[in-house]
Amino acid sequence: MEFFLISLLNSLSYGLLLFMLSSGLTLIFSMMGVLNFAHASFYMMGAYFAYTISGMAGYWAAFILAPLLVGIAGIVVERYGLRAVHKYGHVAELLYTFGLSYLILEGVQLIWGRSAVPYGIPEILQGPLFTLYTTTFPKYQAFMMLIAVLTLLALYLVLTRTRIGLIIQASLTHPEMVESLGHNVPRVFMLVFGGGCALAGLAGVIGGNSLVTEPGMAETLGTIIFVVVVAGGMGSLMGALLASLLIGIIQTFSIAIDVSALDLLSAAGVSISPHAFGHSVLAVSLSDVAPMLPYALLVLILIFRPRGLLGKREN
Amino acid sequence: MTTHSLIASRAGGLTNSRLTLMWLGFAAVLLFAPHVFTSSLAHSHLTQMGTGIVLALSYNILLGQSGMLSFGHAAFSGLGAFMSVHAMNLAGGGTFWLPLPLIPVVGALTGLAFAALIGYVITRISGVAFAMITLGIGQMTYASALMFPGFFGGEGGVSTNRVYGEPILGWTFGPQIQVYYLVAFWLFICVMATFYLTRTPFGRLLNGVRDNEERIPFIGFNPHKLRYMAIMTSGLFAGIGGSLMAINFEIATDEVLSLHESGAVLLFTFIGGTTSFFGPMLGAVIGVLLTKLLPDYTAGWQMYLGIVFILVVVYAPGGISSLLKPGMDMVRRTILHKRYALFFRLLLSVTALVVSAILLIELLYHRATGASDPLSLWGFSLDHQGFIAWVIAIALLLAGLLTIKASGRALVRQLAEDTAQLEGEAQ
Repeated sequence: MEFFLISLLNSLSYGLLLFMLSSGLTLIFSMMGVLNFAHASFYMMGAYFAYTISGMAGYWAAFILAPLLVGIAGIVVERYGLRAVHKYGHVAELLYTFGLSYLILEGVQLIWGRSAVPYGIPEILQGPLFTLYTTTFPKYQAFMMLIAVLTLLALYLVLTRTRIGLIIQASLTHPEMVESLGHNVPRVFMLVFGGGCALAGLAGVIGGNSLVTEPGMAETLGTIIFVVVVAGGMGSLMGALLASLLIGIIQTFSIAIDVSALDLLSAAGVSISPHAFGHSVLAVSLSDVAPMLPYALLVLILIFRPRGLLGKREN
Repeated sequence: MTTHSLIASRAGGLTNSRLTLMWLGFAAVLLFAPHVFTSSLAHSHLTQMGTGIVLALSYNILLGQSGMLSFGHAAFSGLGAFMSVHAMNLAGGGTFWLPLPLIPVVGALTGLAFAALIGYVITRISGVAFAMITLGIGQMTYASALMFPGFFGGEGGVSTNRVYGEPILGWTFGPQIQVYYLVAFWLFICVMATFYLTRTPFGRLLNGVRDNEERIPFIGFNPHKLRYMAIMTSGLFAGIGGSLMAINFEIATDEVLSLHESGAVLLFTFIGGTTSFFGPMLGAVIGVLLTKLLPDYTAGWQMYLGIVFILVVVYAPGGISSLLKPGMDMVRRTILHKRYALFFRLLLSVTALVVSAILLIELLYHRATGASDPLSLWGFSLDHQGFIAWVIAIALLLAGLLTIKASGRALVRQLAEDTAQLEGEAQ
């Protein structure tokens, strides 16, 4: 029970972090048809900016400034880069962001070096929040969850209850109509792209010190958030939330469970000799399979439900 | 990308005798290249170019011919490499008879089998979603490499020895040059096969899937099945590429399955150009030059690579090979109309941009190492701690950025006027 509750809390906080990234990614995708390969790179930028700013002006300044800076970087990328490739189609846009992820990685290594930087948790948020049976739950993890839920609530309210949200939603489905009503749709796109990047940056600010701030962090999370977006259904926010939490649960639980198919069989009274065919496959424990599971989930979803969990269209 | 129809028209325009001449020329280049570049390092690079070309061509069956962007190509080539290494070890141990020159068949079958296994599901969709799924497949294969150390050898990989069995016609395949000729032999076969594939009805149908998927069912074909066949063909050639890689390096590690490997194939195929048959081959050659030679000169080679890639995506989506013809044309017309001053002006802008970019990158990387001695570049000594070097570099960059568009336009406009005038006189 203790294991179950703690793992559940861990997977919730990880899943929410994933959703902060994938929500921006899926919004950008559904608006512009661009799958931003560099999205996780903006997350990394957020973490590194926060590290530098918090060294100069404290954590809370970084908490505000770093996402803003990342958002501005996103706006610049959209305005002066993506818009230029737009005429060549979505594949060219995807390739552009792929190249960009290379450049951001090199830039980060150039400025901050190739090893991890000591981006720490602020003192006020250190220490345990409560103890569950015998395991303590850290304050910072609760803070992460709180921030994630608050931003997502804000995102939801902005999208459904404000004027700009209305325009964004209308631009999703009827860009020509919105344009002829006198709104600048390319600028809306630019703002959404910047906003999505800022969200990724904020995820970097709160995730960078909880996980680790190093040049490999973009790649670690980058491929997972693509899985989230595709598995949840391309362009579906609720699908992204569902898939984020699902993958959070799968990854957290599977790492903690050290059981193999062989153990299950022997518990059931079946013994298989080490020389039998397929023994090495059966001997692999669930925790070893953990890094593979999100991708296996993706393949399964695509076999049985090609449009994703909550996707509306096939492509 | 609408310029894709270039492949069909150009290939169609070649007569059979010209084609024969082309193949003979290609064979001669392959035959004599190691005698022109004679150092053992050059032989190693030539061998890698050969395997790179096979991989790039196999990749272009997907990207260039069928319009399928894949981020998981290393899964096919990497599994081909692993199976080949195991086949070499087994054949060397005497479990079965299989001479080294036939090992790529193992790779080909592996690539084909894996593509047949996963291809049907993942080719149900196309476009950006397909790209993401191939990314997932690639990562899944990569993740499984550490899960099954029995087959993949864990962190250290599986090593092998390519010198086994009886020598064939006196060849042991120990020396690099013999490996080069083995790779060249398979390269020639693969280039020929992939080239003639573009001219078959199947090849043309793949172009159809790329350009207008909706119309394919109307002429009686199933785009899903065509994509499935495309990925199987691509997997087959990728497996050969992986095999050749394994023979050359005598090892397969989990690195050959990684996203970096898939990314490199994508990068170089695209830089070379996906719209012509020749493009991926050029890309693979550029790739080996950039990744093997450049690191000897600069720490910032990956930065250069990224910048070149982005420039190609933004300014030359048909790849570098698509620039060759217009570029030659421009030089030819400049000479014809004697517009050297304008041409020189454009050259100056380009040089300013390139030089300033190199200066800035080298200064940045030099500063990042924390060295206190000045950077030496092209025989100059540049002090990265002072202002002057930076000011010069940034001034050059600005000068290049501000003038390049005007210089380019002036030359193009003048040449167009000259040509129009020439045509007017001729009439």
